Amino acid sequence: MKDRIGPVLQLTQPLRTLAQRFAFLLLVVGAFAAMLLSKADLVVVERFRTGVVDAVAPVYDVLSRPVATVADLVQEVRATLALRSENARLRAENARLLGWQATARRLMAENQALKDLLAYVPEAEARYIASRVVADPGGAFARSVLINAGREAGVRKGLAAINDEGLVGRVAETGRRAARILLITDINSRIPVKVEGSGVRAILVGDNSTRPRLDFLAPGTRLEAGDRIVTSGHAGAFPPGLPVGILVLDADGAPRVQPFIDSHWLEHVRVVDFGLDGILPDRPDAGGGGASLP
Amino acid sequence: MTGTLWFQAVAGLRRLTPLLSTLFLAVLGGLPFYLPGYAAVAPALSLMAVYYWTVHRPDLLPAPAVFAVGLFVDIVSGLPLGVHALLLLLAHAVVLAQRRFFHGKSFLVVWWGFAMVAAPATLLTWLLLVALAGRLIAPAPALFQLGVTLAAYPLVSWLLAWAQRRLLGRA
Repeated sequence: MKDRIGPVLQLTQPLRTLAQRFAFLLLVVGAFAAMLLSKADLVVVERFRTGVVDAVAPVYDVLSRPVATVADLVQEVRATLALRSENARLRAENARLLGWQATARRLMAENQALKDLLAYVPEAEARYIASRVVADPGGAFARSVLINAGREAGVRKGLAAINDEGLVGRVAETGRRAARILLITDINSRIPVKVEGSGVRAILVGDNSTRPRLDFLAPGTRLEAGDRIVTSGHAGAFPPGLPVGILVLDADGAPRVQPFIDSHWLEHVRVVDFGLDGILPDRPDAGGGGASLP
Repeated sequence: MTGTLWFQAVAGLRRLTPLLSTLFLAVLGGLPFYLPGYAAVAPALSLMAVYYWTVHRPDLLPAPAVFAVGLFVDIVSGLPLGVHALLLLLAHAVVLAQRRFFHGKSFLVVWWGFAMVAAPATLLTWLLLVALAGRLIAPAPALFQLGVTLAAYPLVSWLLAWAQRRLLGRA
């Protein structure tokens, strides 16, 4: 990287240029080789990537804090300015939610009674791993974020990441103390979903736009804009019922989903471990014995 | 440059200014900024830094350093390895070949030169990623990103020029 001035100057100019050209060609070939290697999904590439991510995650952790503080401050000021209208909205919402609360209590009691009647075995409790988003590289070609929790905290590849609003994405790479979340809008994201209520199944296909497409619908399926889309739990990837978004129809009438999450305001996410294996099990040999939980 | 070991160490560190500032901008490009719509059009900061230093001090940002920065950008943004490595390397080579043209020209000419590098670079990234993903990626965000990158260049260039004056002197 740093030339030693002495010996290099002694080389004659043409020889030096030749050496530089050769180095340049070598690096170009290296770049193409790297692309082929990462296309081939090799363990060694993944290990290299997670190694680098692990090394820079603490830097991002520190640097992102002041940014988050400023953003929070701006949000606070905005919230203060909107206090009156926000208050009115919350009152209305509270009234509506009190109605739901009564319904929920009734249903809970009924549910409990029915469970007792059936001697129902409850599902395993989910484990939540809270984490902070430390890097959001953006760009026009990929949608993913880095979080400050990794294998040591129990994050595994393929687990779902959620926030208070809904499904954020899935864990795509895990380092020791950092992990990459592939957002549901990324071009490589495929999530089995269903329409809440009717139970129509589909695959949510990201295309880097803010509204992912709804694909592989059974022919002749009738959809209505405004339907809630939730994870279907098929393929054992995600637990069923995680809220994903609202169905919208684009200009061509093609079904798309407006996600519940505010993708520019991802500060904290929770990785959910329901004890499912997921579609992307950690390779046992990747990253020195990834702590695979049962 | 004569004098104590300390002096030489400081001088050596100063010579790292181009590499470190390029890396710093590459890291900065990955920070979450919580602005609506920002992530999709985040400017290509590392390309700006590589362009600036290749125009002004190519001796201090050699090709292997450019390659390493490119790999770093690929890893942080979760793209296939090698895309930015190739891209920055090509930008570096093109500017290096045309460097005499920029010598002593006004800022507007250098800015125009950046546009001439950034536009093909965006096209090439798009083509590479479409080829690697095996499906079409909407080109509109890439065009917006190019626009934001071009618009942000004067500011970034001003900051880098400041760093160059303070740490490297006029060379």
